[in-house]
Amino acid sequence: MGTILHIDWTRCDGRGLCTELLPAVLGRDDWGYPVARGYQGRARTDVPIEPRDEEAAQEAVSLCPTMALALRKAASRGD
Amino acid sequence: MDEAMWAFGRASGFISLALFTASVLLGIVNRSGRPLLTLPRFSISILHRNIALLATVFLGLHVGSLMLDPFARLRPVDVLVPFLGSYRPLWQGLGTVALDLLLAVVVTALLRQRIGPRVFKAVHWFAYAAWPVAMAHALGNGTDAGSAWFLALAVASAAVVVGALLWRLSATFLETTRAREGRPL
Ligand code: HEM
Ligand code: SF4
Repeated sequence: MGTILHIDWTRCDGRGLCTELLPAVLGRDDWGYPVARGYQGRARTDVPIEPRDEEAAQEAVSLCPTMALALRKAASRGD
Repeated sequence: MDEAMWAFGRASGFISLALFTASVLLGIVNRSGRPLLTLPRFSISILHRNIALLATVFLGLHVGSLMLDPFARLRPVDVLVPFLGSYRPLWQGLGTVALDLLLAVVVTALLRQRIGPRVFKAVHWFAYAAWPVAMAHALGNGTDAGSAWFLALAVASAAVVVGALLWRLSATFLETTRAREGRPL
């Protein structure tokens, strides 16, 4: 059981609040959009969140101006 | 005691208007997506919310104290339904209109996560309508409106709000404008 941060790309407008709150997890591309550090593919949309980052992730969910973020419990994938 | 309610009503109304002016300015900075001086984006967002809520508290004190003032004699109905008042009903009614608009803005903002971004944004535009209405109410209804210091502050805040609005409408308002138009960063 881990936590994932889901980014809804149809809503995200690259405003950069989440990248400020989770600098170790999310970088920012040239257009302002968040980019999961060290992940490829699916994990760039459903970003794994370490327990130490959960509080900041929760903050990002409630402050995102476009409500593009959601925290979910990930089903164990055996990794 | 009577005079006290009146004085308190004026002071709280003034503080509320000043805080609402600050909320509008912070809301615009928030929307631009830029950090401000040393404040990161999320701090501006939190500051915008908290100053708006504080302004709402002072708005409550403003109305509450004038309900107790024997001259203004606000009735409960005057708080929500405009233009029925006994003292300068038009100008007082504008205060009620501003209160209704701001109440809608604050309630939908607090329920943002539940009602979704569309309704939130649509109602949040009322903030731009509420500010001039509140200012007109203060100028038309207030005891202090004739005084030089009040007029000076009113003119100064109107100038700042109009300036921020012009910035809001300008082509390079968003932090990401340049990058998204494909121009060099
Ligand atoms: C009644 C007091 C308030 C006023 C006058 C006000 C005013 C504003 C203004 C002028 C904007 C810019 C809108 C735009 O141009 O798109 C804005 C944005 C915003 N406000 Fe408020 N606001 C108030 C209360 C609140 C509250 C209580 C919250 C949060 C709980 C809030 C959250 C936001 C957010 C998240 C944005 C950014 C929207 C976006 O970036 O798309 N506001 N506000
Ligand atoms: S805070 Fe929201 S809108 Fe801003 S970059 Fe993050 S997900 Fe996108």
